[in-house]
Amino acid sequence: MANLIDIKGVTHAYRTKAGPLPVLRDLNIAVPEGEFCAVVGPSGCGKSTLTRLVAGLMKPDTGEVWLHGELVKSPRKTVGMAFQNPVMLEWRTILQNVILPLEIVAPSMPRAKKEARAMELLEMVGLAGFENKTPSQLSGGMRQRASLCRAIVHKPDVLIMDEPFGALDNFTREDLWQTMRDLRAKEPFTCVLITHDLRESVFLGDQVIVLSGRPATTQYVMDVTLPADRTLDILYTPEVADMLHILRDQIRIAQGRDGAVH
Amino acid sequence: MDNLQKFAVPLGAILGFLLLWEGIVWVNDWPNYVMASPSDLPAAYIRFWPLFLEMGWQTLWRTIAGLALAVVFGTFLGMMMGFSRIARDALYPLLVGFNAIPKATLVPVLALLFIGQHDFNTVLMAFLISFFPIAVSVGIGLSTLEPEYRDILRSLGASKITIFRKIALPKTLPEFFGALKVSVTLAFIGTNLVEIVSPHGRGLGALFKSGETNGDYPLMFAVLIALAFLGIVLYYGVVALEKTFAGWAERPAH
Repeated sequence: MANLIDIKGVTHAYRTKAGPLPVLRDLNIAVPEGEFCAVVGPSGCGKSTLTRLVAGLMKPDTGEVWLHGELVKSPRKTVGMAFQNPVMLEWRTILQNVILPLEIVAPSMPRAKKEARAMELLEMVGLAGFENKTPSQLSGGMRQRASLCRAIVHKPDVLIMDEPFGALDNFTREDLWQTMRDLRAKEPFTCVLITHDLRESVFLGDQVIVLSGRPATTQYVMDVTLPADRTLDILYTPEVADMLHILRDQIRIAQGRDGAVH
Repeated sequence: MDNLQKFAVPLGAILGFLLLWEGIVWVNDWPNYVMASPSDLPAAYIRFWPLFLEMGWQTLWRTIAGLALAVVFGTFLGMMMGFSRIARDALYPLLVGFNAIPKATLVPVLALLFIGQHDFNTVLMAFLISFFPIAVSVGIGLSTLEPEYRDILRSLGASKITIFRKIALPKTLPEFFGALKVSVTLAFIGTNLVEIVSPHGRGLGALFKSGETNGDYPLMFAVLIALAFLGIVLYYGVVALEKTFAGWAERPAH
């Protein structure tokens, strides 16, 4: 099995008072090792459910989620998570926040080693010198950078990100895209990124998957054939404009609206 | 300058309050058996000083003991309500109903149940009157924990106990201390209720009662001021603990 993540025919429904609410229907996603998979789709189509499935936080009604050739039945130590809310622990310093996963996954690792690993990442994202600050002393973008460090500090097989840059302003968001790109060059990981931002999906993704409206199924898969060392300028090339156009049309279809309506 | 202000302002306020009190008594020309004035108090303190020390200590330790029980039991109830919906639905009406009962009505009940166990009854009342805010705020703190906080650790395979210890517990501390500040003063009310109402009581409440029996109004007011003093001491004790354990929740002033 060559794929690191294999989601096969996953169907899931939430039980609500008004009856079952189907969110995913026969969803198939395959992500090869080291690849960056961006998932876009209309609001409320079940994208967050997808992250919880891959993380092993819940089980699908039917279908299977495979990670590294193993069937996912429960949480595993080999994933890292980042959310729109940076979920910093306010009572810990930035350094202590980044160390948190190591305390769970590698409790026997010497403290100095944990701190060295965290510092290495903080330097990569430009937070050197802020390690002893508390989260409330940092800006939203800096908190999100720290949150990224925490998500990969234990070298997870899979990084799962649920709209991590959604609450940031545009320029900060673009800064963080570049940070992500640089992190990947130094710290290879397989990634699933849930996002609402088509430019983000093309800039960061090796493949972009468009989910249909609820219940979500794989509606469209785009292979992004851009070089790995992309710069922001690439977003303004005709090639990318065409890709964005195709994705935009797909979203419109996913929203259940006719392509001709604007 | 800042430190001076920190002490000077509250001290000035207390002094102003005492002057106002003295002035009102003086203007109305109330005799001692209607209303004592602050200038009558030093004499009462000097005369009964050994009693104040002994009774004050009794009141203080029983209040702290009751409060400690309230912390343990209240936190336990709060954890049950925070983690289990069923526990929340079952306990809330019971707790609210119990809290609505005037605790004075329970004094004779306790007195009959545990005849002669004055210390025990007093501690029990301090506990009964003060655990409610702690239980409610710990419960709310835990049940409103954002799911992402839990997911960050759960996705790494952390146990429930680890999640509680590393995230839920510290995150609930600010709410816990907020409730503890309310509970401190409530516990004093509980202690004194029993001390005043039960015959042959001990503690500052009993001293108040004996002042009343003997028509010694300066003594009664001196007891009230002593109670207020103990209340302030205990309150700032909690504030000091809060600064140590939950100081991170305080936003820096800009």
